[in-house]
Amino acid sequence: MSEPQQDLQALVDASRAEIADCHSIENLEAIRVRLLGKKGEITEQLKSLGAMPPDVRKSAGAKINEAKHALSAALDERRQVLEAQKLAEQLAGETIDVTLPGRGQHGGGLHPVTRVRRRIEQIFRNAGFSIADGPEIEDEWHNFEALNIPTNHPARAMHDTFYFGDGRLLRTHTSPVQVRAMQGRTPPFRVIAPGRVYRNDSDMTHTPMFHQVEGLVVDEGITFANLKAVLLGFMRALFEKDVNMRLRPSYFPFTEPSAEVDISCVACGGSGCRVCKHTGWVEVAGCGVVHPNVLRAVNVDPERYTGYAFGMGIDRLTMLRYNVNDIRLYFENDLRFLKQFA
Amino acid sequence: MRISLQWLREWVDVGNDVPALAHALTMAGLEIEGIERAGPELSGIVVGEVMSVDRHPDAEKLNVCRVSNGREELQIVCGAPNVRAGMKAPLAQIGAKMPNGMQIKKAKLRGVESSGMLCSARELGLDEDASGLLDLPFELTTGQDLVVALGLDDTIFEVNLTPNRGDCMSVAGVAREAAAARSTALTVPKIEPVKATVDATFPVRLEAPGACPKFAGRVIKGIRANARSPWWMQERLRRAGVRPINAAVDVTNYVMLELGQPMHAYDLARLQGAVVVRHARDKESLKLLDGRTIELSSDIAVIADERSVLGLAGIMGGEDSGISDATTDVFLEVAFFEPDAIAGRGRRYGLITDASQRFERGVDPELQERALERATQLLIDCAGGQAGPAVITRHETSVAARSPIMLRHRRVRHVLGVQLSDEIILDCLRRLGMEIEAAPGDDLRASWLVTPPSWRFDLRIEEDLIEEVARLYGFDNIPPQDAAGTQAILPWTETQVRKERAADLLVDRGYHEAITYSFTDAAWQAILFAGDALALANPISAELGVMRLSLWPGLLHAVRENQRRQQTRVRLFEIGRRFAAGDGAETEVIAGVVTGSALPEQWGDESRKVDFFDVKADVEALLGLAGAIVTFKAESHPALHPGQSARIWRNDRPIGWLGAIHPQHLKSMDLTYPAFVFEIETQPALAADVPEFREISRYPAIRRDVAVIVDEATHADAIGQVVRAAAGELLTDLGVLSVYRGKQFEKGKKSIALGLQLQDTSRTLTDHDADAIVARVVEQLAHQLNATIRDPRAG
Repeated sequence: MSEPQQDLQALVDASRAEIADCHSIENLEAIRVRLLGKKGEITEQLKSLGAMPPDVRKSAGAKINEAKHALSAALDERRQVLEAQKLAEQLAGETIDVTLPGRGQHGGGLHPVTRVRRRIEQIFRNAGFSIADGPEIEDEWHNFEALNIPTNHPARAMHDTFYFGDGRLLRTHTSPVQVRAMQGRTPPFRVIAPGRVYRNDSDMTHTPMFHQVEGLVVDEGITFANLKAVLLGFMRALFEKDVNMRLRPSYFPFTEPSAEVDISCVACGGSGCRVCKHTGWVEVAGCGVVHPNVLRAVNVDPERYTGYAFGMGIDRLTMLRYNVNDIRLYFENDLRFLKQFA
Repeated sequence: MRISLQWLREWVDVGNDVPALAHALTMAGLEIEGIERAGPELSGIVVGEVMSVDRHPDAEKLNVCRVSNGREELQIVCGAPNVRAGMKAPLAQIGAKMPNGMQIKKAKLRGVESSGMLCSARELGLDEDASGLLDLPFELTTGQDLVVALGLDDTIFEVNLTPNRGDCMSVAGVAREAAAARSTALTVPKIEPVKATVDATFPVRLEAPGACPKFAGRVIKGIRANARSPWWMQERLRRAGVRPINAAVDVTNYVMLELGQPMHAYDLARLQGAVVVRHARDKESLKLLDGRTIELSSDIAVIADERSVLGLAGIMGGEDSGISDATTDVFLEVAFFEPDAIAGRGRRYGLITDASQRFERGVDPELQERALERATQLLIDCAGGQAGPAVITRHETSVAARSPIMLRHRRVRHVLGVQLSDEIILDCLRRLGMEIEAAPGDDLRASWLVTPPSWRFDLRIEEDLIEEVARLYGFDNIPPQDAAGTQAILPWTETQVRKERAADLLVDRGYHEAITYSFTDAAWQAILFAGDALALANPISAELGVMRLSLWPGLLHAVRENQRRQQTRVRLFEIGRRFAAGDGAETEVIAGVVTGSALPEQWGDESRKVDFFDVKADVEALLGLAGAIVTFKAESHPALHPGQSARIWRNDRPIGWLGAIHPQHLKSMDLTYPAFVFEIETQPALAADVPEFREISRYPAIRRDVAVIVDEATHADAIGQVVRAAAGELLTDLGVLSVYRGKQFEKGKKSIALGLQLQDTSRTLTDHDADAIVARVVEQLAHQLNATIRDPRAG
């Protein structure tokens, strides 16, 4: 007859082998129940201790408990292995090609002219300017007369104006917004006015509609030197480059002194290239000190107040910013073009 | 305007650094747009003298010439019809390179050796004239390099003048600016009065003194008929872009280019009675030099004689009174015309002439006498003749007197923002020829009375002088300076969603922003809209002839163009103004167009064409930015599919449209796929309320679903209204869960399932409460919409 201890050891050894050989959590659970469950073999042995004589009971109990812990540990250990294996299988099965593209709607994009217009607005807003607006269908007074451009003035010929039969016209510049911003109000004025403008001109470098932004500052003590500072700061902010700037004397009926604004070519840095026609400079704006007649036209006293105004072509600035080489692309709305700015 | 540097150098020392001169002029306000050589690059061409001409033995049209190059006589075969012994003509010697790239080599022409070539003006790239050899003036030294002899190593500046600088439209004017900019002296050529050698005069009457207050006239008798101006004068005209014609006309053009005074020469024999400057009579007509006959109006000043109109004052002469090859007696007109009387008149007839450009910008009112003397002398020099006395007719009161302008030192600083010394200010003004007197100023700073020279009639007010000072001091030398800081707080509203936000939303939902023209093709627009769009009086083309009534025509045009470029999935939006029919009232709108597949072509997703509700979701998201409660009502629109067209209402105000373009319009517009469009007025759509906090209910909500069967024509909106009214304020949310049509329903019926969320803020609702509400809802749906209940849990 075999010793109970030997039987126990055999059971432990056999069970260990069985556990080690078990490959499913379900089977492992069955083994656990068979050994350690309420009616399990080890459990039964523990129950049988009660029938033993006290002197044997103690050592036998210790042995059975030892076997129980050993098997319990083996079961747990095996379970962990099997669970890890199962998780690994699940993960392997769920593995996807993460390089496949995402699904759903693709993003669109803003028009490049809008991108630059927003930059302009934000830069000036940060400097305390407000954004003003005016009608695109204007009258002669706001578009010309109030800006010191009387009928038959040679400057009118340069404007190639679109007219309606009733004497109204499509504004040729954003400068009438200057007048509207000042009318019926008192200085200080500090506004920019971006918007569409129209000229009867269409060729490689002109479109009959384009965008300008007008700037106007009127207050006590405003000078030409202030104008230079604002424009230089703006150009550097817009292009995020330390561009140089020069003002060339020019003529606008509504400013005096008047100047054209050149900046060092943003494409070549001033060394000369196709963009600047090998001059190193690109013309980007017109500006000047507000003509006293313009202030008088809106009842502002030019002795007390001075101001400056400037006008820039947004489309042109956009060309320089993004290196666009054909202004006509802006209004063709070719998706292959628009998507480049998304 | 083209200016020859050779000519300019006669007036002012401009140095040898051409780019530096161009830069100095540009920075003084005379923009030099272009710098070019006056003539082609020539080498190996000399002044040849034809010693003898003999017929070629074997060719009827060729001659064999002996031509001197100053050192030896060469045998040259020449086919030009005008070759003659004794003439001087350009000689291209062996090795010379012609402008067309041809190299001159020794050649045999029909058996006769030729050691070079005699050239026409065209062959040298000097002129278009290829009719014969360029007949050189005999004074030129035989054998001299042609480039030197003709002064061909000249540089031409293309000057872009601003309209206020009429005074610079001449060599004299540019020279004055160059001298001022470089602080060097001006050499004004001496113009001596020409003594009258005959008594002849011709009467002049000024009947329109407002237009012509001053007229200098002179008779010159007995010039050589058919006289030509000298080669140097012709060459200067050519370099300025003016075609030489005859001595009298060339002289008037030459003096205009030199001094800036346009003038006109008449054939005295063709003048009747007197020269009269007057306003045209209505419907009077005139035959122009260019052959056209135009009809005049009374605001145009004309030069007439007792019989008829001779020319448009200050713009262009007439056909019948000009110099001809037979003219021997000349009447010279050198007048001053007021800019306001000339401006814009020529353009009415498409006439922009050298004269009109100068007069409308303004000519020096004191220049006429000198110009007349200059022209008289030049004409006599090149065509002979005897001058009568110069006769000046004027209306004294009408010529504006020059008055001094007050310039205050402190105002200079006030405007420019830089402190300039008295010396600098006065130096700038003096360099420009201003007369300066000290004026009684205020205590602190000097003031001056400044009288500009007669040619600077554009200077009228103090700011004009300040500009001149700044220009000569140099804009570059004025340091930039930040304005004294302002701390004004600007408003920043929360009650209007910014349109940038709306644009960003559409971009995030896959739209690209378009910018289309504000004007469109009337016919294209008429496919969609019936109204009479505001038309341009002078459109650039019919395709851009009328203002847009909506952004749709432009956007759909963009869709079509993209389809033609194989872009079939298009999602575009634009923010811009539309212009109402009739008066063109402007309204800013956000508009969009969507066509093609609902999603970009992609894996793992069945391709589906975009539909109304895809676009409606975008519109709802857009309107949701402002928290707007809007309703979509089925209303018809001429541009839209009658069954897929919704007008968008916010409260009682219509704010836009959403729908599918009518299939027939798609066809007319050559659009391949259904296109969905929306257009919403920006202002009312984006007006927002500042949010206001409401108490959050602490009690649980109850959810009840109700499915009803209704007529196909019953709108979800109508059902919603009935449900809301019946459920009362405990209904906190209502959604459409499904819309279902199937065999189990009667034809013309559909099932709609609704989800109701019920909640009270003061207590927990019981099932009993919820059941009562649902019962009311069902009853009202049955009563008002003839709805029958389906399984309440149906989805």
